[in-house]
Amino acid sequence: MERKLVDAKNTFCPGPLMELIGQMKLASVGDELEVLSTDKGSAADIPEWINKVGHELLDSFEEDGVLHLIVKKTK
Amino acid sequence: MATDKISVMVTSNKREQLQMAAMVASVGAVSGNDVSVFLSMNSLNFFIKDSSEHATPDGPMGKLIEEKNVPDFKDLFQQAVEYGDAKIFPCSMAVDILGIGQDDLETYISEPMGLTTFLSDASDGQVWHF
Repeated sequence: MERKLVDAKNTFCPGPLMELIGQMKLASVGDELEVLSTDKGSAADIPEWINKVGHELLDSFEEDGVLHLIVKKTK
Repeated sequence: MATDKISVMVTSNKREQLQMAAMVASVGAVSGNDVSVFLSMNSLNFFIKDSSEHATPDGPMGKLIEEKNVPDFKDLFQQAVEYGDAKIFPCSMAVDILGIGQDDLETYISEPMGLTTFLSDASDGQVWHF
C-alpha cells in the first residue's frame, strides 16, 4: 500500500478532480491518494465523485488554506 | 451507479462556452455517464492538429479564465475521452466545409458524424448546447 500525493493547488474546477483521476488510473487497488487543493468547490465535488464512483474517502481536513482529501482506491 | 446519456453540441469559438462544454463533457464522463460531444460550426478549428486558433473571451469571466490557472479546455476534452470513455465527433458537414479529414484532427477525436445520427443518438438522454 502506498500513499501518493496529488498536488493540485492553484488550479480550478475540475482540475483537482481530473488530476486525482489521472493518478488513480496509475494506482493499485488499496493504494491511498492525498489530494491537495485550494479550489473551494472541490471540497464538495471530489467527495461527491468518490461517493458516486464507489471509492472511499478516508479523511478530509483543511490546513493553512489547503484542503487535504485522503482517498482509497477500492476497485 | 446510475448511467445517463449526455450529448453535448458545441458550436461556439468563445472561451467561456468551450470551457463549460469541456467541463460538462469531462465531469460527466468520469462520473460514469455515456458522453457524446458533437463539434460543429466555429468550434471545430480548435481541434485541428497543431492549431494555433485562440479562443477569444466573450466577457469578463473569459478574461479572468485566461489570467488564472484554469484547465485548458482541450485538455479537459482529451481527459473526457481518456478517463471517461467519452466520444467526440466532428460534424461531417463542418469537416466537409473545412476540407479536412479525420487524420487532420487531434487523435482523440472520433470519425465524423452526421447531424441525423447525433440527434437520433441524443433522443433518449440529456442534451446540452454551447
